[in-house]
Order: sequence, then structure tokens, then C-alpha cells
Amino acid sequence: MKNSGHEMAYKRYKEFFNIFLHNKMAVTGAVILGVFIAIALIGPEVYPFDLQSFGTAKDVMNPPGTNHIFGTDDMGRDVLGNLIAGTRVSLLVGGLSTLISMIIGTVLGIYAGYFDNIFSMVIMRVTDFFLVIPWLPLMLVLTAILGTSIWNIIFVIGMTSWPGTARIVRAQTLSIKERPFIERIMSIGADTNHIMIKHILPNVFPLVFANTILVSAEAILSETTLSFLGLGDVSRSSWGMMLHYAFESGAASIGAYWYFLPPGICVVLLVLSFTFLGYALDEILNPKLKRR
Amino acid sequence: MNRQYVLKKIIYSLITIFAVLVFNYFLFRVMPGNPLQILMRNPNASAEAIEKTKELFGLNKPAHIQFFIYIKSLFQGDLGTSFLYKGQPVTEVIGSRILPTLLMIGAAEILAIITGIFIGVISAWKRGTKIDIISLSFSLISYSMPTFWIGIVFVTIFCVQFRIFPTSGMMTPGLSYSSFMGKSLDVIKHLTLPVLTMSLVLIGQYALVMRSTLVDVLTEDYITTAHAKGFKEDYVIKKHAVPNAMLPMVTLIAINLGLVIAGAIQIETIFSWPGIGRLMYDAIKNRDYPLLQGIFLLVTISVIIANLLADLTYGYLDPRVKSRS
Repeated sequence: MKNSGHEMAYKRYKEFFNIFLHNKMAVTGAVILGVFIAIALIGPEVYPFDLQSFGTAKDVMNPPGTNHIFGTDDMGRDVLGNLIAGTRVSLLVGGLSTLISMIIGTVLGIYAGYFDNIFSMVIMRVTDFFLVIPWLPLMLVLTAILGTSIWNIIFVIGMTSWPGTARIVRAQTLSIKERPFIERIMSIGADTNHIMIKHILPNVFPLVFANTILVSAEAILSETTLSFLGLGDVSRSSWGMMLHYAFESGAASIGAYWYFLPPGICVVLLVLSFTFLGYALDEILNPKLKRR
Repeated sequence: MNRQYVLKKIIYSLITIFAVLVFNYFLFRVMPGNPLQILMRNPNASAEAIEKTKELFGLNKPAHIQFFIYIKSLFQGDLGTSFLYKGQPVTEVIGSRILPTLLMIGAAEILAIITGIFIGVISAWKRGTKIDIISLSFSLISYSMPTFWIGIVFVTIFCVQFRIFPTSGMMTPGLSYSSFMGKSLDVIKHLTLPVLTMSLVLIGQYALVMRSTLVDVLTEDYITTAHAKGFKEDYVIKKHAVPNAMLPMVTLIAINLGLVIAGAIQIETIFSWPGIGRLMYDAIKNRDYPLLQGIFLLVTISVIIANLLADLTYGYLDPRVKSRS
């Protein structure tokens, strides 16, 4: 019995990967993301960079050349090195804050969908509250008050981006709860925690997964925007901080394209890769979309 | 539209506004590292401002009295004194910045709605063709670009390379205008790039939603009926499909307000546009907490009211809504 279950699961995964590999968007997204993860993991070891290594006056704002392939910034630092070091931070912030948001969203969503009590009502009101408040001013105010360390930024992004997930999970839980197999399990006396963890969570998870990938894209954009607006962690390289310094030093008005184009293009590519993956997974996993 | 629906929506919005007031209170007074602790170290805070803030916060009184004082001064329109604009009341500082932002946002919304609907209709009509794929990719890419970055790129292209538009501000400093026309022209010149940047962010969203709604509407029975009556394709789309696909746009415009505000903060910062967004950036940069708090309240409450208006408009336009809720 157990064996056949495993085989079925294996078959389903195989089928999933088959569809996945034939989806152009999914493959493009996965490849771009893979490259960025590789850069984040080994880049700084292969191409070391020190944020404190300021150059002399003649090194400042040099266009791309033989010494510096991507040129130098307003402090005479190597743009390529900064870019590679920043990849790590962007992925770290995106990953961790998405994890926080996913956990909060899933737990609250399942609870609010499964139970019909005063707490579920409160949860949904709080969710609506967070959905209606404009996200950027909220993040700005929270970060400005808590302080601009990278951990605070992760915390703030995670704490403000879960409501969308909570809503989707709740809707899905509501529909799963009504299915006959849950009723059957309940009738043999399974306890509530068991039902929620072993039967509802696995059924909700595919949707959570697709949604999470889209949340990651927003988290990376948020970090970039916060840093650009002067609420980034000054002790670390990040694409947002590079853009912040580029703007503050007037790189745009002297046409120093090598300073502000690379970090921006990296953000766009990384966010696009997540968006592609998210849309593709949504298409594969969401049965409602299949007929289109 | 029935009265109960309207009443329910209004009460919900009032509760949300109250929640925002409570949230704001805790945010700026109780959280660790709250403004008052940082206040003393702020180089821009004059002794006068510190005194005024302390008095306003009612520091030495019990918590519930402090909350009462806070609500009372809010209703009197007293948001405290700005640190950055020494001695000026926050309400005055914010008040002078509302018009430029409304001008910029309004122009961008109109441009984005018209263009977005146009692109959406074309892609739904020509589903699966090259035009559809191009507009879909455009929507995805414009969504993936940080708004401020689009602004920076525009500055380099249009202001530095081609020198077509001015880089910053709302009017050319030191210029005196002979007529109202001259003044308007100067403002429009300054307005063009911020509006273009902002609408670029919005067009993709509007086009995507218009497309998917229209694709749905095109499968409805009344469209088949219209076809069966022998109407031409473009007539069916213009007169039967598009008006019915417009409904979700009403909600989208309200939901998008969060996006518009996020855009305004970034775009006004890049182009030094003298509006609320640039003011928020300056308030953050100088850690001017009374000002930051005031802007946060204004922006949040405006969004709640906009959502309420969208709900009511939707209920008015689609009579099915009230029976569903």
C-alpha cells in the first residue's frame, strides 16, 4: 500500500517535471535564477570585494576599462565586485523575508479557513487591514523606526507581505475542508492538528509555493526600493545601496551609465526570473487556468 | 443600491481608519527605538520642537490619557511641529505639497488608463498573436523594473543625452512668466518625465487586467448572441464586450493606489518634484518623525477612503454586488 503510494507520488513528480521542462517561461526563469544563485554562492570567493577599499582620486567614476571591466563608483570601488557581493544580499533578503511571510501566511490562512470562530474573524480583519494600507509607506515608517540593519529589513518585509498568501491559503482551505475525504478522516476520529498538518497543508502547498515565488519577486524589489530611499544597511553591498549611492552622487546627470545600469539590470533579471517561475507554476498547478 | 450595503461599507472603513490611528499611535510612541528616544540625538530638532513634541505626546501622563490627547490633537488638525522645516506645523508643510502630487498622479492615471485599456483590448482581441505576446512581455518587464530606476534611466536619456526635458523641480527657478500660458508650458515641460515614468508602471497592470477580463467576457452567451445576430467583430467588442469588461477596472484603480503612492515616492525623489512623495523622502533622510507620521496618516486614510469610493461605485455600476454581499 505504502509502496504504491510512493510510486504514485514519484509518477506525479515525473509528470510535473515533464510539463515544467516543456514550459518555456519556467525553464527561462529557472536558468536565470540558477545563474544568480551560483554567483551568490561562489562569486565573492572567486572575485573578492571589500566595501571599504576606497580608491584614490584618479580611480573615481572611471568608465569601464581594462582594470575594471564595469568601471568604478564615486568612491573608486570596483562596480563588478560590488555587484557580485550584492547578489548575495539581494537573494538573502528575498529568501528569508519570503520564508517569514510564507510561514505567517500559511499558518494564519489554514487556521482562518479551518475554524469558524472569533479568532479566524480577527485574522481576516487584520489581513484586510494590511492589504488596504499602502505597502511602501508602511515599510518605510517601520524601517525608519526600527533601524536600518539588514535583519530589520528582512523582518519588516516579511511582516508586511504575508496577507496575500493568507488570503489564498484560506480560500483553498475552505474548499478542501468541504471535500469528502476530510469528512471521512474526521469520522474516524482524527484530531484537528493531524488533519490540518497531514491532509490540508499538503493540498494547500502547491498554491502556496507558486504564490511564494511571486512574493520573493516583490521582496527583492522592496529591498532595492528601501535601500534606494536611504533605509538600506550601509555596512553591506547590495544592489539597492549601489543605486542609492549612484543617485546621491549624481551618476545619472553625468551620464555614468556603468554605475546605475548593472545593478538595475540585475534587479530586473532576478525579479523577472521569479515572475516567470511563479506564473509558470501557477499555470501548471492551478487547475482552473488549464482550460485557457 | 441598497442602504445596508452602503452603511456596512462605511462602517468597515471607519473601523479601519480607527485601527490605523491606533496602529500609528503604537508605532511612533511605544515601539523600541521610537522617535522620542531618537529625538534628543537629532541634529535637526530644535529645543522648541522637542518641547512641542513632548507636550503633544503628553509624556508624563498615563497611557490612556496619552492616547486621548493624541486623538484629540488629531481631530484639531494638530500633527506636531516639523524638525526639518523648523517650527512649521506639520499640517502646513504637508498641505502645500498636496497639489503637485495630485497633478502628477492624476495626469499619469489618465494616460495609463487610456493606454492600458487600449493595449488590453487589442491583446484580448488578437489573443495568441505577436501583438498579444509583445504586450504581455511589456507588462511583465515593466512590472519587474524598480520605478526609481526607470526614472534614473529616463533622466540620462532625455535630460542628459538629448536635453529635451529639465531634470528636476516643477518650474524653472528664477524665470518670470509673461503669461499664464508660459507658466503652464513650463510646468508641463517639468511634468512630462515624471508622468511618463509613473504611467509606464501602471499601463502594464491595466493592460493585463483588461485583457483577462475581456477574454472572460468574450466567452459569455450574450457575445455569442451578438455574433449570431450578425454584428461585425469590432462592433461586438466595442459595444458589447468592452463596457462589461470595464467593471473590474474600477476596483483595480483603487487597489492600485498603493502602487501609485509607492511610485510617487520614488519618482518625486528622482525628479525633485515638490509633492508628498519627495517630502516623505526628505522626512526619512532627516529622521523628521512628526512629519513622517503625518504623511503616513494622510496617505493611509486617503487610500482607505479611495477603496470605499471604489466599493460604492462598483455597487452602483453592478447591481449584482449588493445581492451577493
